[in-house]
Amino acid sequence: MILYILCFTLFLVGVYGLLTKRDLIKLILSLAIMGYAVNLFLVLFGYRSGAAYPIVTEGAAPGPMVDPLPQALVLTSIVIELGTTALLVALAIRLVEKYKTFDIHKIRRLFG
Amino acid sequence: MPVETWLYFILGFMIVGSVIALEIRDILSSVVAIGVVGLGVSVAFLFLQAPDLAIVQFLFEIFAMVILIRAFVKKDYHMETPARVHGILVGVSILTLVAVLVASIPVFRLLPAFGEPLMETSRHYVDHGLSDTGAANLVSAVILDYRAYDTLGEVTVLFTAVLGTMTILRIRRAKNGGGKDA
Repeated sequence: MILYILCFTLFLVGVYGLLTKRDLIKLILSLAIMGYAVNLFLVLFGYRSGAAYPIVTEGAAPGPMVDPLPQALVLTSIVIELGTTALLVALAIRLVEKYKTFDIHKIRRLFG
Repeated sequence: MPVETWLYFILGFMIVGSVIALEIRDILSSVVAIGVVGLGVSVAFLFLQAPDLAIVQFLFEIFAMVILIRAFVKKDYHMETPARVHGILVGVSILTLVAVLVASIPVFRLLPAFGEPLMETSRHYVDHGLSDTGAANLVSAVILDYRAYDTLGEVTVLFTAVLGTMTILRIRRAKNGGGKDA
């Protein structure tokens, strides 16, 4: 249970960054931290103590394996995170070019 | 040492790394600290018996760092402006988040304990994966056979994200080259 709480703490560190930071890059990094925490939480959830990785090896006796389902879904999620990070970075580049600042409090006119 | 001990260590390390990444003023150091946190996730995946995920996370980390550094550090290098955000606001945020953490502890008590997953759907995958799909790696059996439509959706999302990125960056290039104001 303490592991879950630590993982949630990591998520909350990301939320803290989103709430209090004003630099565009810091906001992107906060989102990345939240993504790490969620991925790690899902994989923690599928771990089975003393089990092996979910790959069937020839000749070896089939022992207990960890849950392959969260791993497969987290694999998907990691790849999508990379795509969204790239999209965020592109948007941030455009914003910085237009407003010449990284400070989101100075970017007021979002309508053109 | 048991797996739990290693994971405590790695998770504590990651929390410290994230706080440093958020609080440090220099943007390059901040990006590097995030990279260290991501590599911590990769090592944690190795301890959790997920080698595929560890490899993918490692690659993700490298790509993300290349994108972030290429995009921000070269041309627009800057220190974070000293925050004018009032200390009261930061204090209130921290207090609220700590309250959320404390209030959520009973929820974690309801979850199955670490090391004893439910594995109701997955039992079928583990038992019949090899004979159903012929894939020795059960993770790829789930991704590419049992849940192939999910993967199709993932590829669609990724394609859309890449398309959006290309479009946004190309508007900029056309604007810079043509000299027209959009």
